[in-house]
Amino acid sequence: MLTALLIGFPLLASLLVFFIKGNAARNLALGFSVIEFILSLVAFVMYKNDHSCCQLRFDHAWVQSLGIHFSVGLDGISLLLVLLTTFLVPLIILSSYKNEYANPSSFYGLILLMQMALVGVFVANDGFLFYVFWELALIPIYFICLLWGGDHRASITFKFFIYTFFGSLFMLVGLIYVYNHTNADGLKSWAFQDLYNAGKSLTENQQSVVFWLIFIAFAVKMPIFPFHTWQPDTYVNAPTQGTMLLSGIMLKMGTFGVMKWLLPIVPLGLAQWGNTVMCLSVIGVVYASCIAIVQKDYKRLIAYSSIAHVGLISAGIFSATQQGLQGAVMQMLAHGVNVVGLFLIADILIRHTGTRHLDKLGGIRGMNGNFAVLFLIILLGSVALPLTNGFIGEFLLINGIYQYGAWFGAFAGLSVILGAVYMLRSYQSIMLGDRKDNNVVFGPLASTDKAILIIICGVIIAFGVYPKPLNDLAEEGVKLLLTNIK
Amino acid sequence: MKGLLIISGLGVLAMLAEIFKFKKLLLPIVLLGIVVAYALNFMEWTHDYSISYFTNMIAFDRMGIAFSGIILATAFFWFILANDYFEEDSNVVDHFALVLFALVGALMLTAFTNMTTLFLGIEIMSIPLYVLAASQKKDIRSNEAGFKYLIMGSFASGFLLFGIALIYGASGSFDLAQITSYITTHASGMPMFFYVGVIMILVAMCFKVSAAPFHFWAPDVYEGSPTLITALMSTVVKTAAFAAIMRLFLVGFSGVSEVWTGVLAGIIALSLIIANFSAAMQTNVKRMLAYSSISHAAFMLMVVLANIRNNISVDAILYYSLAYSIGSIAAFGVVYNVTKNGNENLNAFNGLAKRNPGMALCMTIAMLSLAGIPVTSGFFAKYFVFTTMIGTSHKWLLILAVITSAVGAYYYLKVIIAMYFKKLDTPEPVQIERSNMMVITLTSVIVIAIGIVPGIIAEIFRF
Repeated sequence: MLTALLIGFPLLASLLVFFIKGNAARNLALGFSVIEFILSLVAFVMYKNDHSCCQLRFDHAWVQSLGIHFSVGLDGISLLLVLLTTFLVPLIILSSYKNEYANPSSFYGLILLMQMALVGVFVANDGFLFYVFWELALIPIYFICLLWGGDHRASITFKFFIYTFFGSLFMLVGLIYVYNHTNADGLKSWAFQDLYNAGKSLTENQQSVVFWLIFIAFAVKMPIFPFHTWQPDTYVNAPTQGTMLLSGIMLKMGTFGVMKWLLPIVPLGLAQWGNTVMCLSVIGVVYASCIAIVQKDYKRLIAYSSIAHVGLISAGIFSATQQGLQGAVMQMLAHGVNVVGLFLIADILIRHTGTRHLDKLGGIRGMNGNFAVLFLIILLGSVALPLTNGFIGEFLLINGIYQYGAWFGAFAGLSVILGAVYMLRSYQSIMLGDRKDNNVVFGPLASTDKAILIIICGVIIAFGVYPKPLNDLAEEGVKLLLTNIK
Repeated sequence: MKGLLIISGLGVLAMLAEIFKFKKLLLPIVLLGIVVAYALNFMEWTHDYSISYFTNMIAFDRMGIAFSGIILATAFFWFILANDYFEEDSNVVDHFALVLFALVGALMLTAFTNMTTLFLGIEIMSIPLYVLAASQKKDIRSNEAGFKYLIMGSFASGFLLFGIALIYGASGSFDLAQITSYITTHASGMPMFFYVGVIMILVAMCFKVSAAPFHFWAPDVYEGSPTLITALMSTVVKTAAFAAIMRLFLVGFSGVSEVWTGVLAGIIALSLIIANFSAAMQTNVKRMLAYSSISHAAFMLMVVLANIRNNISVDAILYYSLAYSIGSIAAFGVVYNVTKNGNENLNAFNGLAKRNPGMALCMTIAMLSLAGIPVTSGFFAKYFVFTTMIGTSHKWLLILAVITSAVGAYYYLKVIIAMYFKKLDTPEPVQIERSNMMVITLTSVIVIAIGIVPGIIAEIFRF
């Protein structure tokens, strides 16, 4: 019931916020999202880490004759991602306090709607329900980007929507194909265990086809190299909050989808094509890192760094090792938190100086030391320095990938070095050196910005020093997952 | 059957309205009549299927009742939408009568059991529409539309008659049941011209649902006709033609499916490609919706193709017809009100979100439903098609459908982008009559509602 509430509450909240006029909407949205976070904490407390699948289940028939159920439940991985979502959404809403948006009620209503769909994706235990939430998540973010985005938003959001919609439809076909093989004689079922069994009963060739049908949707969403071309433009042109939702949480839909809805369904497909996907992922890591190094627009730089990170995560997942998968989960959490911080910094830069261009910035540390420190902590988290939250994930990931293949491990390890290069370079040119434009005065941070940055830095250090509670959940979830893949 | 009689009676009554001077009362009477027809129609739901009328010319089985239910419901909304269309025009009663007679033809198509009834139904439905398409006498495009529709429709009727004659020549009967039994008893040796007859009927029906390559009339006719008539053509006519196709090809000619499935698969593939890529290039909204209706026709034809092997489950096509009709009524309702000033270009929608937020929201829902996005009913319609198709040997069509669906999303989104993104310097609010707004809102709500609980509808249609 609590799990269903986690979906239902933001839905109700968003409907309410849609009808509130003016700036009360954002306070209300913030309040609701904090309540949602508390609800998810309750779920975290109630969750028992005892290797059993799908706790706090809720199951109600939706379309009985087609075997479609509104079936939700939590395992270790989905609980972590729900926590990530509910933790980030209040921060995202808070980060918008310094921006004045037209039609605030629609804006915040859409954010809450988005949260509903995201939580739904993570907790769905029914393949059909998963697909519905998956598609639903696209609608609010599409409107957020379209209505409040940058200059070229119309054509760019268009590309984004068509790309992802295209992938999703293929996934639907793939899932229906598997669904048609459940209980050949009796009532068919969309329950994930039934889909797992049906998928495993397919021949190797069938599994390969299903693998690609489903994989394309996830590959577009993550995005993995050659499917990534929508991403940098969309990230740069979306409003800051949209970018945070996209990169912080929505990206994880893809990686999570691979874990829950691809690998256990078609293990033979994985055996056949895993190597190809590993290659693509590692190419993506190196390729995106190299492009990030030469970027001048800070927001675009983070967008490319995001492709590099997700490439590493996907390589870890497709290695299908305990370390690789566990590292992927940990890195998903760390990346979600850090990237929101980085995009907030991009937003702060543009608000204070009017530009994100690296060549035009410089010497900000001299003007605002606190900001420099907070920025540095987030940056170090993102390059995975030991004792920050990024470290454990990246360590496990490279370990897992190395187990899969030494060369893969070596190339993936490049990402650490390249990541340090572009991140530190950007820090150097923004914060250090001389001021390029003497007219710009970088004043003290707004209290909301400061609060968010401090919270994020706190999380980065806290879970860098003591990742055990998260790591235990991830470990247990991954063990369960591996029994399903084998 | 009683529903059919009532609608016919209403048609006659409408012609008398001018003489006896109750023009003002006509619309309420018609609406009431449709409700009564609907109720009587559904009271026959439990009846024995074998009741047939006029020496086995027409019989309302459950499939027929369900299809006529969809047609009547659509017509109900349509009449409310059309109330001011009837007020403006001088020949009100003629139009009323023509629409009602077209409805009679449509209802006949859902329940024919004899080839003559099929032909009668098609003609009774089409001839009023030729006139209605040209009903804006002073508009050259409307004249062109009527003329084009007449010529093309007559060709199709010719094909249909020729096909019926050939089949009669082989089987010696107009009766659908007897033709079916002729096919089963003569499975080994039927004359070549029987097969030709089947294909000719298929071609004629594809004309009527405007599937490619027989679609050339559709964009011009849709564009030229008064918007409301276009709405009628793309909902009621389509549904009726599909009811006929279901009965002909899944009940009548399923024994010779190997002859027509290949042709049908080709027609579907062509329709999907031509319709979606052409629609993406249109700037006129009505033309775009015309091409979109061709693509939806292709989707419904896919169900026909898929159902040959799995014991006719008509629920998929019924659900599709319902979802498509209701969504189209909402879309055309908005288009009608937005294009009243004569500008039918996509830019007429610019800034609609500011000019009339309610209408923009309804149009968004309608567009999302036509594009097939959860949780609208259009999504479930697509889902049902995909599930029925995946078990067949025509999986390549399914992949084609997926690719063209993504193209489809492109042109539906163009409307949404125009409404929300394109700004006008001087946004003038769009006025809309309250009854029209009510229909648009109600249909949008239905689109969402049967998308959230498709189970209820699917259960009704599962028989």
